[in-house]
Amino acid sequence: MRTCAESFDGYILRSLGREHGERLLPRGLDITLCDQIFLIASGLIWNIYFAALAIGFGFFLATGVALAKFSTNRWISRPAAGFVFFFRGTPLFIQFFFFYSAFVLLPRTGLDIPLGFTTLSIHTAPLTTAAVGGLIVLILNTTAYSAELFHGALRATPKGDLEAADAYGMTGWTKFRRVVWPNMLRLAWPSYTNEAIFLTHSTTLVFLSAFPARQQSGEAFYYARYFVDQTFNPFIAYPLVALYFILLTLFIIGLFGFINIRLNRHLPRERRQRIRFRPQYVR
Amino acid sequence: MFSICTNPALLPDWQWFACYLTTGTHFAFYRSFLVVILLLAVVAPLALAMGMAGALALRSRFAPVTLLGRGYVNLVRGVPDIVFFLFVPIALGQGIEWVLHHLYCPDWDQPIRQGNDFIVCREARMPPVGASAWARNVYAFTMAAIAFSLVFGAFIANTLHGAMQAVPRAQVETAEAYGMTRGQAFRRIVMPQMWVFALPGLSNIWQILIKSTPLLFLLGIQDAVFWARELGGAKTSLFAYPHPDWRVWYFMALLLFYLFLTWLSERGFTALNRRLSRGQSTAEGERLRKAAA
Amino acid sequence: MKKTLFAAAALALSLGSATAQDVVRLGTEGLYPPFNFIDDATGELTGFEIELGNILCERAGLTCEWVTNDWDTIIPNLVAGSYDAIMAGMSITDARREMIAFTEPYKRASPSAYMALEGTDISVITDGVIAAQSNTVQAGLVADTDATLLEFPTPDDTISAVLNGEVDAVLADREFLAPFVSDSGGTLVFIGEAVTPGDGIGMGVRQSDTELRATFDAAIESVKEDGTLNELLTRWFGEDEPLFD
Repeated sequence: MRTCAESFDGYILRSLGREHGERLLPRGLDITLCDQIFLIASGLIWNIYFAALAIGFGFFLATGVALAKFSTNRWISRPAAGFVFFFRGTPLFIQFFFFYSAFVLLPRTGLDIPLGFTTLSIHTAPLTTAAVGGLIVLILNTTAYSAELFHGALRATPKGDLEAADAYGMTGWTKFRRVVWPNMLRLAWPSYTNEAIFLTHSTTLVFLSAFPARQQSGEAFYYARYFVDQTFNPFIAYPLVALYFILLTLFIIGLFGFINIRLNRHLPRERRQRIRFRPQYVR
Repeated sequence: MFSICTNPALLPDWQWFACYLTTGTHFAFYRSFLVVILLLAVVAPLALAMGMAGALALRSRFAPVTLLGRGYVNLVRGVPDIVFFLFVPIALGQGIEWVLHHLYCPDWDQPIRQGNDFIVCREARMPPVGASAWARNVYAFTMAAIAFSLVFGAFIANTLHGAMQAVPRAQVETAEAYGMTRGQAFRRIVMPQMWVFALPGLSNIWQILIKSTPLLFLLGIQDAVFWARELGGAKTSLFAYPHPDWRVWYFMALLLFYLFLTWLSERGFTALNRRLSRGQSTAEGERLRKAAA
Repeated sequence: MKKTLFAAAALALSLGSATAQDVVRLGTEGLYPPFNFIDDATGELTGFEIELGNILCERAGLTCEWVTNDWDTIIPNLVAGSYDAIMAGMSITDARREMIAFTEPYKRASPSAYMALEGTDISVITDGVIAAQSNTVQAGLVADTDATLLEFPTPDDTISAVLNGEVDAVLADREFLAPFVSDSGGTLVFIGEAVTPGDGIGMGVRQSDTELRATFDAAIESVKEDGTLNELLTRWFGEDEPLFD
């Protein structure tokens, strides 16, 4: 039997690959409680990787898509609305399957897109890995949901604020950056917090669908499921992964709550928006 | 299906496809869409009942009950739903077997959990030893439905609780002033009016529920995802209809199915919202009243 | 809630006991031609093991019923009692013997093979990326080499991974790969073989079910003696298949 310290050494970084710890995962009767604690914790590296990058990229893309959808030009607003409709109307789980089976059909040598003056080469091989392909699906998905939230917030921008901006002679980029965007964020922030939590929870689906786990490097829930399959005992691994996710959720609420305070600090106290801990389920 | 399909290798393209799309496996694929609908039909009322119980618990004046309600709602919210979908069926299954084991085989001397096995006596096995495949499927499906109801019950509890709070307080006070008890005021005043406040939240949850149904696949139920993957995979000449990897088309079909389902639900909820708003003291209700006048 | 659940359980119980007389459920994967797969024209299970299993049950005087189950959970669910025996091209290995018992083998151990796209260098076997179905003896074999193992839940997925270049080669039972090679017109080739460990392929049963195991052992013995098994083996796996004497 391994000691706890050996489990820690062997598995705490195992999700990064077999070079970073034990070559093989523990099997059958050999599994100890510490193995489960550390290997599942190790998987969290991937959950955080997927969540942080998807939310990071998705945030900026969503701002763009929301503005496009809000545009009065049909040629811009229609495609944006279609994008949002498609990704919000279909299950993420099947989006993973679909994009994976589409990505594998791309030529492995790479795509060359002639742009006239130069040729753009796209390396398609990484697209079939979870780290890149799975991340792209998550980014597209969260972009659609966040864009819908931001779009709703854009529509609710206080008229007075816009009039005030006009009165100051602000136009274009300055008006957007100093009036529209901060207002949009402030109004959408409580729901956006919720979206960030949902997205983080959705990272558990990446390896459950089509994307294969290379050398058994997966996220936390992948390992929890592995342990339950091995031990046939759901009462250790699943509560463990649940506990980790509660901690992760609390962290997100704390972080986003802090940003929320900053977004609202200019307002008189009674008009400040608070993050509701029982928000509407918008996903 | 068609008489021409006896030797598909010799058929021209369009007939080959007509035969291919009507094979036994394809009918199993089409039937699996009904499983999705069935799950929705079973889970919706169950989850609503769970949600109602949860909301009442949240409202309760008895502190332990309130605490229980809050624990339930926040636990489900803090944990990815997939954890519950996989945990509940297996834990509940083992729990039922454990109870039956103690009922039927009290003099069993071996431990139930031996190493990595969960062993109960023959009489306590669920589904029972020798049950038909159909009964097993029903059992697995029921377990899945319970797991779904538990998760969505918590979501609904939150929404319903919010909706109850949203009913104007003055109305409840008026009712109590008329001598109604707390229960009477709730049944006669809050209950009929809360739905219009709950509807936007409920419609969101319904959409989430629709989009969670493919997770049935992970519970070993042969749903649409299972068949899409199975039918789409490359088939060698051992099969009557050999073809290369077509999974992308099957998943495309699934995406379109779900897109249609969520689109249809959205329209349905918009219509329902109009109906419920009639005579309500909300902006929409006021608009409808003016339009009629 | 609890009450209805209990009523449902009681109902299911009474349903079960009515049909419990000698119905033996055989678990299989249904995705592994030619061992066991779903006939795409009818939607029914078919394959070498399905035919053999039906014959064995007939000989043993049992009423059998097939249950399909994911490969990944096929052993846990046998232990849990979802079915009474496994016939899923499962190699008899010592690791599996720790969890379940096996009958006499009904098929001899045959080599595993590496299949790759035409022109793949043989060195990928030692330093490339190799696909295998998870929880198979082949996955264990790859894990013991320096090659990078990529595990997939179904056999189909491993083939797709080779075709789209995600992996350099797949390691699986030669019989399973053979139709892909012969169908591909030269794009898919065998690049090497590996000895499949274990004592051939047999039926898995729960360790406590000694009676059922003896019944099936006797039935397997009888199909070996009168040549029925050899006829099936030749028909499904070709002339080169090693037979029982």
